[in-house]
Amino acid sequence: MSHIKFKLNPEQLTELKEVCKSFNNDKGELINVLHKAQGIFGYLPAEVQEVVAKELKISVAQVYGVVTFYSFFSMMPKGQHPISICMGTACYVRGGEKVLDEFKRILNIQVGETTPDGKYSMSCLRCVGACGLAPVVMVGDKVYGRVAPDGVRDILKNYE
Amino acid sequence: MHLLVCGGTGCRASESSAILDNLKSVLEENNLENEVQVVKTGCFGFCEKGPIVKVLPDNTFYTQVKPEDAKEIVNEHIIKGRKVNRLLYLNPESKEHVSDSKHMGFYKKQIRIALRNCGFINPENIDEYISRDGYEALAKCITEMTPAQVIDVIKRSGLRGRGGAGFPTGLKWEIASKSVADQKYVVCNADEGDPGAFMDRSVLEGDPHSVIEAMAICGYSIGASKGLVYIRAEYPLAIERLKIAIGQAREYGLLGEKILGTDFAFDLELRYGAGAFVCGEETALIHSMEGLRGEPTVKPPFPAERGYLGKPSNVNNVETFANIPVIINKGPEWFSSIGTEKSKGTKVFALAGKINNVGLIEVPMGTTLREIIFEIGGGIKDGKKFKAVQTGGPSGGCLTEKHLDTPIDYDNLIASGSMMGSGGMIVMDEDDCMVSIAKYYLDFTVEESCGKCTPCRVGNKRLYETLDKICHGNGTMEDLDKLRNLSNVIRDTSLCGLGQTSPNPVLSTLDNFYHEYLAHVKDHKCPAGQCKALMQYTINPEACVGCTACARVCPVNAISGERKKPHFIDTTVCIKCGACFEKCKFDAIYIN
Repeated sequence: MSHIKFKLNPEQLTELKEVCKSFNNDKGELINVLHKAQGIFGYLPAEVQEVVAKELKISVAQVYGVVTFYSFFSMMPKGQHPISICMGTACYVRGGEKVLDEFKRILNIQVGETTPDGKYSMSCLRCVGACGLAPVVMVGDKVYGRVAPDGVRDILKNYE
Repeated sequence: MHLLVCGGTGCRASESSAILDNLKSVLEENNLENEVQVVKTGCFGFCEKGPIVKVLPDNTFYTQVKPEDAKEIVNEHIIKGRKVNRLLYLNPESKEHVSDSKHMGFYKKQIRIALRNCGFINPENIDEYISRDGYEALAKCITEMTPAQVIDVIKRSGLRGRGGAGFPTGLKWEIASKSVADQKYVVCNADEGDPGAFMDRSVLEGDPHSVIEAMAICGYSIGASKGLVYIRAEYPLAIERLKIAIGQAREYGLLGEKILGTDFAFDLELRYGAGAFVCGEETALIHSMEGLRGEPTVKPPFPAERGYLGKPSNVNNVETFANIPVIINKGPEWFSSIGTEKSKGTKVFALAGKINNVGLIEVPMGTTLREIIFEIGGGIKDGKKFKAVQTGGPSGGCLTEKHLDTPIDYDNLIASGSMMGSGGMIVMDEDDCMVSIAKYYLDFTVEESCGKCTPCRVGNKRLYETLDKICHGNGTMEDLDKLRNLSNVIRDTSLCGLGQTSPNPVLSTLDNFYHEYLAHVKDHKCPAGQCKALMQYTINPEACVGCTACARVCPVNAISGERKKPHFIDTTVCIKCGACFEKCKFDAIYIN
């Protein structure tokens, strides 16, 4: 499922099983379980999905189907500083795409990828709800508003 | 005295939390912490001028406040009683300071029903909600009215679903109430996935109790003891406030067993969405709550007959619920006196894009686009010309100058080729290319289509590719016909609302901006200068003073020239990023 090999250590395995148990191993709670699991590991590698499937007594295919259906779930580890560029309509018409292009150019990665040093990952999101500040970029939990392409380097400087 | 600080997402992004902390500490330094209360409220709506701080009881409305302004506000306004003029809103026409929001163009035409408490109360304090008639409607319903009477009131009010389709709410409740089952569910759809829309999150962040109260009223009416709020996991603040509110309501005996001493029992749970636009469709939403992929299924059976876990479920949107308590309190006649013949009450819009006053607004149905854009919105940014307004997000269409005087309601918007949608309203100016805008929405739909129906999964992808081809100057006249035909097929043959409305952005731009499509296809030109493949940056040697600013900003070194002499762009190297164009102070760079 994924080219990145991930090994669960015994403590992580116990923690994950505890999460499943806290939802009574109910398959109807799959999405809530996955939310918690992603909170622990930062992403949902194949190995984690296999454990969840076993605990909730459903097929791995069903878990994989749900993980890949929802954009919030990721099978790739995120960078140390996850960058999300808002591509909501308000940000788009105020130049969000140009900001995105600048991030792509400077970091030399595409949307959904992580830089080789694991420092930055880049994704798009649809509306942060701060349209008054369009275009908006989020790095971690910090929101940057009214970002212009030539301001991209200044944002990245904060994380060097 | 009260100091209200906006705690909505937009203002928090501009450090409103730091303003709050600073105000508190300055008040403490002056031993005023007992006289003046600092309250973190929900969204005031005027996001453009955020962060906002309001002083009560004199209603002074401070805009664009910075954390370091806290000292001045306390020292001048609170202690000396003098308003801080430089932080007041400046009327763009009269150039006068306005201190009361009632006199601002942005607020004058608004009527706030769903947003009645946003910006007035601390959403994390149930007592403030109760002090503004909160939970009175619930008490009235369960102690004085029968479920049928409640449904009758909602029916007579004329309230229609605010999620977009506009189905009559009272009728929906009636159908659910007639279903017989041992367990029924009330579901609140808070999965706001429309890009550029933030109405529902603002209600949940600013006034969570109004939704809780309404869901309990709905539970009483249809005979459900359980409620579920399906909310986006990407809305951490709304989730947090909802959790606090549910806890407080339980503590006050307004949720749980024997509510207000009656036999009525009702409780709420949260269910998290994980980012799928299609989950706004009610059958898809229900599947998602069951832990499955959020794929829609055929209706009937409607959720009112067989919904969550196979039990009858009533699904309403956040804004619909927020209207309910007021309707019960003030009566259906009052509510139906606002609005147009077939669309009653108000509608909340997230006004954004190329407009001066970006923000959250609530206007009576029947308000015209002109009033919204030019009076409330303050006109187009930077004095540019209005071109179009997109309503209804990816399901809606672009409306133009000729629609400006149409009174907005569900039916008029559909007749104009758009739709109400959940309430996103994006304004565009002369610099926006309508073919690119259609492409932008299709990009969204392609990504969000669940893939169940072929017309939507494959058809939208083909629409996107054709639009992309046109944006690159490779389109043919045949492509334009194909776009229209394919759009009609997708609309007619898709199962759910997503596919049925996804071609709307294409159809409405074809109808209203056909000349722009023609310019791309026949002349290989993008009139708005947005389509990169079709444009070329050139320096006008007569206007260029040789300041070298453009050459320094060019990321690929495509610009050459001596200092103080006209510069030149090598078009074979230029990547058309537009950095030079934005940098030039002398308007010497132009796009052809």
